[in-house]
Amino acid sequence: MKPFEDRKFVILGIFLTIALIFLGRLFFIQVIDDSYQMSANNQTLRTITQYPVRGLIYDRNKQLLVYNEAAYDLMVVPSKVSDFDTSSFCQLLGISDSAFVTRLKKARKYSRYRPSVFEKQIPASQWALVSERLYKYNGFHGEKRTLRKYPKATSAHILGYISEVGNSDIAKDSYYKSGDYIGKRGLEKEYESVLRGTRGKKILMVDVHNRIKGNYRNGLYDSLPIAGKNLICSIDRDLQALGELLMQGKRGSIVAIEPSTGEILAMISAPSYDPNLLVGRPRSKNYQMLQQNDSLNPLFNRTINAMYRPGSIFKIVQALVALDEGVITQDTRFQCNRGIIGCHGSHTYDELVGAIQHSCNPYFYQVYKRLIQRGDNTSVFKDANMGLQTWQERVKLFGFGVQLKTDLPGLKMGLVPTPEFYNKWYGENRWAFSTIYSNSIGEGELQVVPIQMANLAAIIANKGYYYQPHLIKSIGEDSVKRPEFTQKFDTEVDPKYFEPIVKAMFKVVNESGGTARKARMDSIIVCGKTGTVQNDPWPDHSVFMAFAPMENPKIAVAVYVEYSDYGGTWAAPISSLMIEQYLTGEIKRKDKQKRITNASFLEIYEGKK
Amino acid sequence: MRAKSSIFQNIDWTIFWVYTTLVLMGWINIYAATYNEQHQSIFDLSMSYGKQMIWIISSYLLVWIVLMLDPRFFSRLAYPIYALCMALLVGVLIFGTEIKGAKSWFTFGGFSFQPSELAKYGTALALTYYLSSLGKKFQGIFVRIKAFIILLIPAGLILLQPDTGSVLVYASFIFVMYREGLSGNILLIGLGAAALFVLALLLNYTTFDLPFELQISGQTLMIIVVGIICLLIHQMFRNHKGIKIAIILVFGVIAGYVYGVNFMFNDVLKSHQQSRINELLGIEHDITGAGYNVHQSMIAIGSGGVFGKGFLEGTQTKFNFVPEQSTDFIFCTVGEEWGYLGSLVVIVLFLVLLFRIVIIAERQRSKFSRIYGYCVASIFFFHLAINIGMTIGLAPVIGIPLPFFSYGGSSLWAFTILLFTFVKMDSERMHILS
Ligand SMILES: [Zn+2]
Repeated sequence: MKPFEDRKFVILGIFLTIALIFLGRLFFIQVIDDSYQMSANNQTLRTITQYPVRGLIYDRNKQLLVYNEAAYDLMVVPSKVSDFDTSSFCQLLGISDSAFVTRLKKARKYSRYRPSVFEKQIPASQWALVSERLYKYNGFHGEKRTLRKYPKATSAHILGYISEVGNSDIAKDSYYKSGDYIGKRGLEKEYESVLRGTRGKKILMVDVHNRIKGNYRNGLYDSLPIAGKNLICSIDRDLQALGELLMQGKRGSIVAIEPSTGEILAMISAPSYDPNLLVGRPRSKNYQMLQQNDSLNPLFNRTINAMYRPGSIFKIVQALVALDEGVITQDTRFQCNRGIIGCHGSHTYDELVGAIQHSCNPYFYQVYKRLIQRGDNTSVFKDANMGLQTWQERVKLFGFGVQLKTDLPGLKMGLVPTPEFYNKWYGENRWAFSTIYSNSIGEGELQVVPIQMANLAAIIANKGYYYQPHLIKSIGEDSVKRPEFTQKFDTEVDPKYFEPIVKAMFKVVNESGGTARKARMDSIIVCGKTGTVQNDPWPDHSVFMAFAPMENPKIAVAVYVEYSDYGGTWAAPISSLMIEQYLTGEIKRKDKQKRITNASFLEIYEGKK
Repeated sequence: MRAKSSIFQNIDWTIFWVYTTLVLMGWINIYAATYNEQHQSIFDLSMSYGKQMIWIISSYLLVWIVLMLDPRFFSRLAYPIYALCMALLVGVLIFGTEIKGAKSWFTFGGFSFQPSELAKYGTALALTYYLSSLGKKFQGIFVRIKAFIILLIPAGLILLQPDTGSVLVYASFIFVMYREGLSGNILLIGLGAAALFVLALLLNYTTFDLPFELQISGQTLMIIVVGIICLLIHQMFRNHKGIKIAIILVFGVIAGYVYGVNFMFNDVLKSHQQSRINELLGIEHDITGAGYNVHQSMIAIGSGGVFGKGFLEGTQTKFNFVPEQSTDFIFCTVGEEWGYLGSLVVIVLFLVLLFRIVIIAERQRSKFSRIYGYCVASIFFFHLAINIGMTIGLAPVIGIPLPFFSYGGSSLWAFTILLFTFVKMDSERMHILS
């Protein structure tokens, strides 16, 4: 044994120990701790999101309602920001030095390595200037976004708008990431999943100087964006624009429907606003402005969200239900006894057609009485209860008191009172016809939404059925139509009972003594029914529903003008102009259009406030 | 001179093949680390991987030359070679080219040569010669001082360049002296002091949270842990006389040392000196500052996972996040592209090499050959421990190459000559008796 030979074991032991320590440490950092993997990806991989083009929306004649315009978000990756001339940078963007500091701080708080938005929605025109100089400012890059643009300032309520996703949106659907846009109202919201398309992504590798070095794994994890689908909206853009024009200075709504399909041709909620206001950087300022306008409430879509008493147009429903229930015939006459309920005009003892034509209140008082108190029970209360039960079931088949399944979110149902409703209100066996007779002429507890009135006009035009009123004719290149929109809804009223109703509505417009002579046209036969909803001491709401032409109707329309006057004064001529525009493609009666356009009730609305 | 055929006859093939494997792995990893799309060929002489090929081929030429030499050549010429190396070290201080603040290189045309790499070889030979010329034991203060002087001359000259990393390599000869009879305590103290120094500085920045919102500095925690260990040892050896005093003494020395390092660091050194040391140790907390290298190197290795990202798929090294990725930090490429398996293979291969050298050294009949073998193992071990240790944050950032892997002719040549001189001695072990 050589001296100290044993010491080789100490030395080999030290070699082995160090090697084992290294292998242990390597095992920890390479196999167990994955934070290094994340750091590496943060440093070398740049995921470039490729935003799909949001689907466009056309009107029924393939005219553009909304399209996209490029804008750029200036993104910042705080860890990459190096010293540069801050003041020239701020000047380029038009921001203050202190804003620069706070924004950078905010971005750093979010993440040092991930990009966050530094300046939003720089218009393409300004972006050209910015991008040219961006090379001087490390850590900043642009990301292309699309802004919605509206070639005609129309259809704001229908189209709705998009805005940046909030935390709740992200929580609901993990597809969305901070900075994304989502449809918040109108069609943009309803058809969000169709319009948005699918994001693509591209993963690039960058070197330490942030220079792009190529696709990560040759693009194995990349995907192409899939563009959103285009929509064909059933709206006629010119008709819509005319409606908005006619409704200026007024509060109310117009809804026009193609009876044979349920397609909505125009849908005006007045006052409206220019949809371009809610786009781009001035959005939040404009939004606030619109929201604060509380006497006019321009963001409120009255066509689907406002509930009104229907007034006299509801007499048509009463008549149809009564005929089909067999409580009257078209020859039934009632005295115009103005003791309980008032009336106007010189008639005294009308049959059904005359009663509709003259809008005789006592007549429909009697009709409703027959519907409610049918003598099926000795107790007048129980009898009323049973009568109302049958009546409300039949009325709901006309689309009242139920939610129409249209493609605008947040549609109101309106109200058709049921026995339960009155039991709750008055107590059981505490009410009978004498308590609720106001319903007979569309007053009382009835509440309808404007779109339901237009739907009623469509039902009469169709003689008994309707399709759900809807806004999207077809989706995408394959022109898909949502199946629920091709399903027929029947009122279960025998079509023959519509004959006297149509005849009466013809007379309302076309015969002397009719309440809607202002809706008459020489070339087209319009049928209609006025309504005047009382608001003592304020002026009445003016209501009119109509369809035209009488044979083979192409358009059904309902107009509601708040606090204006009799239905015949404003609502009827507005309907008439809408019909003329849609059926002839132009307005010949320019003077009439001008008279309506110039009429303004804003002072009344201000006073009511 | 012998006939060619017998040159390779008795050589240790394990060492030869491990060497060959490591050199080729090194070449492939240099290729991956500095891969350039415009120069895709690994044989492209304008790129570092092409040049490394030249170094590798010429290294085999050196292997051949070394194996042809008479084995007595090394012991006879030990001092002349040493003297030549020292002359080169002096020469480089005068005629050398300054690169990155250090006068470590001779440059002729496109080539450069680093004499400090060769100096290790010369010093190993000289020390071996001196130690083998002594009697049975490595004893006596003058003997030791002479041995240390052999080491101190090159270390001092290299420190003047300055090249701290290459200086520290000379500390590795402590293993050789230990094998030849230096007290084990010196080795223990040496290793302990080094470990404590690094640990104390690493902990200088660390605080630990305790319950009740108390905080404790890393050093204090370390002292407490050492104290507990001392108490345990005291309990275990209660019956030994003087154990109490010894334990108290050891504890006092360690505590004083730790706080001394802390005090010296915080209160004596100026801030630029502090950051120099921090840079050296790679423990500056600001990852964009002095600790950047280690941070990046650990990300590269750590992101490799079990199987690695694949050949040429490494992003951290290839895209220059890791500094010096083909030289001092070449191990990052191994870790990133070949993962834990790659790291394991490389470390095991080196371990096989070290073990093989020690085992062969012990079978030498000649003392000269044995001592020289330990010199070779010690130098390799030190390079390995520091180089790999630094890439995974376990050793200070000292710029020394990973043998056979790091790009560069000087180091590859020096390591090759160093190793194959020993292989040659071993192949002739039957003929060398003293
Ligand atoms: Zn009457």
